[in-house]
Amino acid sequence: MDLSAISPTLLIAALMVAATPIILAAIGELIVEKAGVLNLGVEGMMITGAICGFAIAVESGSPLLGFIAAAVGGAVLSLLFGVLTQYFLSNQVATGLGLTLFGLGLSALMGQGYIGIRPPTTSKVDIPVLSEIPVLGPILFNQDLVVYFALLLVVATWAVLKFSRAGLILRAVGENHDAAHALGYKVVRVRLMAIMFGGACAGLGGAYLSLARVPQWTEGMTAGAGWIALAIVVFGAWRPFRVLLGAYLFGGVTVLQLNLQAAGANIPVEYLSMSPYLITIAVLVIMSSGKAKAALNAPACLGRQFHASS
Amino acid sequence: MIALEKRPEPSRAWSFATPMLAVLLTMIAGGLMFAALGKNPVEAIRTIFWDPLFGEFAFYYRGQLLIKAGPLILIAIGLSIGFRAGIWNIGAEGQYIVGAICGAAVGLAFYPLESFIVFPLMVVFGALGGFLWAMIPGILRVKFNTNEILVSLLLVYVAEFLLASMALGTLRNPDGAGFPGSRNFRSYPAGFNEEIIAGTGMHWGVVAAFIAVIFTYVLFARHQMGFQIKLAGQAPRAARFGGVNPARLVLFCLGLSGALAGLAGLFEVSGPAGQISIDFNVGYGFTAIIVAFLGRLHPVGILLAGLLLALTYIGGEAAQSALGLPAAAIQAFQGMLLFFLLAVDVLTNYRVRLGKREAV
Repeated sequence: MDLSAISPTLLIAALMVAATPIILAAIGELIVEKAGVLNLGVEGMMITGAICGFAIAVESGSPLLGFIAAAVGGAVLSLLFGVLTQYFLSNQVATGLGLTLFGLGLSALMGQGYIGIRPPTTSKVDIPVLSEIPVLGPILFNQDLVVYFALLLVVATWAVLKFSRAGLILRAVGENHDAAHALGYKVVRVRLMAIMFGGACAGLGGAYLSLARVPQWTEGMTAGAGWIALAIVVFGAWRPFRVLLGAYLFGGVTVLQLNLQAAGANIPVEYLSMSPYLITIAVLVIMSSGKAKAALNAPACLGRQFHASS
Repeated sequence: MIALEKRPEPSRAWSFATPMLAVLLTMIAGGLMFAALGKNPVEAIRTIFWDPLFGEFAFYYRGQLLIKAGPLILIAIGLSIGFRAGIWNIGAEGQYIVGAICGAAVGLAFYPLESFIVFPLMVVFGALGGFLWAMIPGILRVKFNTNEILVSLLLVYVAEFLLASMALGTLRNPDGAGFPGSRNFRSYPAGFNEEIIAGTGMHWGVVAAFIAVIFTYVLFARHQMGFQIKLAGQAPRAARFGGVNPARLVLFCLGLSGALAGLAGLFEVSGPAGQISIDFNVGYGFTAIIVAFLGRLHPVGILLAGLLLALTYIGGEAAQSALGLPAAAIQAFQGMLLFFLLAVDVLTNYRVRLGKREAV
């Protein structure tokens, strides 16, 4: 095993790439959960976004169009969840699971003709002078646009939730939907919009996997990324910057284990591949127990049905 | 204006009618999907739902029906117990894999001993493997208040890597010329889960599924634990005041569903699948979630729903070879079924009122 082959600079740069799909999906889910809705269909929306984006990017030759299509695809699929849970008052856990199962099937169906094709490359932003800086250059100034977009999204989400009226309404709906309803806010409408935003973000995250990170289409390629995003929201205690931290932690573990595999570490490949999932579980345990109790931060109406009966 | 009005209690008539309505709607929507794929929808639906039972090759497919339905019913029965109590074990796929690994490992350890004790021991360790795997989210939930949905699901991916490691390493057939996969139980009679009546698909796993159905029926109809489970699901606060121990309930529900999923995995690996291989699991653990809901979390309903979903698997294979329908279409079809079921379920709990709502 040759540890010196692992360069910390490249590791951090790769970590940011590995974390980006998780950041996108987790921020989307954070907004959904802040509105009091638990959508367990993140995995299904991600993989649908992955194939929508991939197909459109391949057909049109433009990654940008692909990402837009992925966001639309994820949002449309999430609308299915929204209509079922908000108008048909179905159980959110069951419907979210259904969305994941359906999304996995649908994406495999749509992706039939796209296996083994290479998508158009998502170009990197190479800021002339800055990217030459040792260490910081490759990390901060030589990534593709989506990485910056994800970071921007985190900041924007934080700002909107903390400072804007829209954020306040969103939080009110999530904390106490009856009170929000009594104040005249359209609970169902707010929640539907949040759900669609979540779907669009998850779709983007999926497309980043199929268009930039891997870049290829294979069935079931998200491999649990959607579920990890859900776990990261809990880890982040429903706070955007902590979600970012969680996603980087996860990205770090993923990249490190890949590097260890490449360096020929003395641990079987399968056990290294398990490690991101195990660490996610460990982190969940730490966050949900003891003093750190993340659950105290959970929106009070999370997962509860709203039906304006009067 | 359409308004929904909550029923004082769920409608019994609708709770029987909604699963059938959902199946019907899924057939229509599925037909549209098949038409969009360029297949004749009527022919596709007939190939999936009619031909396997009454068509030319029905003698072959009918046997497959029980083989597929057995694990689905066994897993769904376990899941339904937890779902009724509001405990969401969605990692049955992982418990299924680990049960198969543990049971098969015990069987392979005895190779080539020919003794009647081998198979029963495998069954015990299969159940134990699933039970222990499900105890991880159970104990984490009880001790650390960790969300069992996420943990059980994440453990599915861990189990899949464990399976790969076993198939490629620890349990690989030493006489297999380096090919991945364990010894085949077909060539080891003491550990083989043989059909009890040849040609019917009736193996010990199917028997276990029937026993589980009866056991669960009795549990809910006659036993205090069944009452506590229902109470905790429908009125958690009342359950706490009524002296229901939530920790015990979580461990019971997760443990039982894990053990049943582990059993299903063991019966599959020692029978129809024959060996531990990398892609031995085919998603029964997830489809069983649909089975549990389609059966309305009721044992008898699950029995029927398991048979129906088994039919979609077999019909899907038939449609794949006869019409060239992609395998993924069936997966989407099954997902659709769950959606329609959840959508029409609103009729069970709410009354639809047309016209202007009266002032309250």
